[in-house]
Amino acid sequence: MSVLVFIDHIDGHIKKASLEAASYGAQIAAQSGTDAEAVVLGNPGGLSELGRQGIRKVHQVQGDQLSVIDAQVYAKVLEQVATQTGATVIVFSNNSTGKTVAPRLSVRLKAGLVSGAVALPETGSGFVVRKNVFSGKAFANVSVTTPVKIIALNPNAFTVTDADGTAEVVAFNATVDAPKVKVTGSTKTSGKVALTEADVVVSAGRGLKGPENWKMVEDLADVLGAALACSRPVADAHWRPHNEHVGQTGVAIAPNLYIAIGISGAIQHLAGVNRSKTIVVINKDPEAPFFKAADYGIVGDAFEVVPKLLDAVKKVKGVS
Amino acid sequence: MKILVCISKTPDTTAKIAFADNNTKFAEAGVQWIINPYDEWYALVRAIELKEADAGSSIHLVTVGGADAEPIIRKALALGGDEAIRINADPADPYQVASQIADIAKAGGYDLVLTGKETIDYNNGSVGGMLAELLDMPYVALATSLQIAGTTATVKREIEGGEETLEASLPLVVSCQKGMAEARIPNMRGIMAARTKPLKVVEPAATEALTQVAAFGLPPAKAGVKLVSPDNVEELVRMLHEEARVI
Ligand SMILES: Cc1cc2nc3c(=O)[nH]c(=O)nc-3n(C[C@H](O)[C@H](O)[C@H](O)COP(=O)(O)OP(=O)(O)OC[C@H]3O[C@@H](n4cnc5c(N)ncnc54)[C@H](O)[C@@H]3O)c2cc1C
Repeated sequence: MSVLVFIDHIDGHIKKASLEAASYGAQIAAQSGTDAEAVVLGNPGGLSELGRQGIRKVHQVQGDQLSVIDAQVYAKVLEQVATQTGATVIVFSNNSTGKTVAPRLSVRLKAGLVSGAVALPETGSGFVVRKNVFSGKAFANVSVTTPVKIIALNPNAFTVTDADGTAEVVAFNATVDAPKVKVTGSTKTSGKVALTEADVVVSAGRGLKGPENWKMVEDLADVLGAALACSRPVADAHWRPHNEHVGQTGVAIAPNLYIAIGISGAIQHLAGVNRSKTIVVINKDPEAPFFKAADYGIVGDAFEVVPKLLDAVKKVKGVS
Repeated sequence: MKILVCISKTPDTTAKIAFADNNTKFAEAGVQWIINPYDEWYALVRAIELKEADAGSSIHLVTVGGADAEPIIRKALALGGDEAIRINADPADPYQVASQIADIAKAGGYDLVLTGKETIDYNNGSVGGMLAELLDMPYVALATSLQIAGTTATVKREIEGGEETLEASLPLVVSCQKGMAEARIPNMRGIMAARTKPLKVVEPAATEALTQVAAFGLPPAKAGVKLVSPDNVEELVRMLHEEARVI
């Protein structure tokens, strides 16, 4: 199998989700005794360090036309790289860029796409990739029947590997179309950590009574280096921005640690967060359904528990 | 402006998730069906808002599905679609669905094609992008806002850790999510009108799927919650640090 990993970047840095995709792609290649290669559009730092994730060669396409992620332009370039390198498995992160570009490439190459993969492919008989369905309430083993396969790996579903190694970076000359989409502005959201990439997420619900009470939640997220999230009614009431809304109709996440404060744990909320590795619930109602989905819980008033939790975390982290 | 909105039927968000036929099919018995929330709350409602601002616009709906999809498409008509097409095929995979819709869209001459960011059952989020490629139109995914002035669209899209504002000329394909519009409910007049709005059924063109589900499964259940007293928060932090090793 010839594996090609798409490397996504922002502000000059390779995204963590792409390091996961690189590690994942290298593992697939290793299964069949080959090396994985990568492709990058643009010029972020740290390309040769992708060797640490097991990438041996990075094909780099450069040009001003690539500064805006126009899926139409990107898919055409990736088609050229995939065809010339003879890739049979192409790996994306299922992040905003992957979600935009991978479906277009799938059509161009007539390559079956599994988006939201959570495990390595089974290649014993055929090519079967596990993905989340029903917003994490179930999984599906999807069989890809085309010669070329595309996998979009869910963020936080695969651990970044790290071993000695350097990737060779080679220029790839591609025909690059002029983008039809123009970026006219961009804003950073409040949290410093992107929600889908965060290892730790601190989330709060209607139990906090009003937006003015979020300070303690933000402080807790700060010491934990966590991203912020919220339940749907909180975003609907504009207590918090829409992009923090997690659940079946919001963002689906799978951090190592999800701390839910004053959230009841409705089925639609659980659907988007139940893939978190460890769930901590703080709720004053011992009957709150969330406790059934939790690993650790405190039955208590958030306004008393969260400040104490903040102090205790500070102690462990050695911050004052 | 001629707008096409892609509508998918999904199980209700509270539906019990179970599988039949040796775990190869979703168990549909007793399940309530709804319009996929992203298609309804954001794509369709935004289309309705755009039409309210520009009376010359028309909203066309398309769904790929059997006769059992008709109540869903009628509900979408009741909310505010003008006419609908049902492509009479069971959805097999995103490529097959996108190909079916592309045939309709090519003939329709649409200025704007809207989809939800994903369906809440298969969570693929692929149909919009595939459709855009098949139609050779630009595509903006995960949009949280869409404004149209003349033939120029201004779209906000979510990216990791932020938002980007983009400009593109019509025709354009956009996948929609939260922020785009405020959900509405159909009123009596809409429901009455929907009964007589045109709903055309067309037979599918031959298109193959590129993937298929071999088996479904359910994740293992949690072992059970460890409760800690609110007076002993330090113990919780200790366990998170030493046992779960997450902080
Ligand atoms: C089609 C559909 C889709 C939906 N999609 C989503 C989704 O994607 N995401 C989502 O989150 N919801 C979604 N919902 C809504 C969902 O059903 C719930 O209504 C919602 O999750 C409840 O939010 P909450 O837990 O913040 O509020 P509530 O249900 O009001 O719960 C508040 C909780 O806070 C606790 N509490 C109150 N005061 C305190 C205190 N001082 N200290 C500690 N605890 C306290 C209460 O005991 C309670 O458990 C959807 C609903 C539908 C119908």
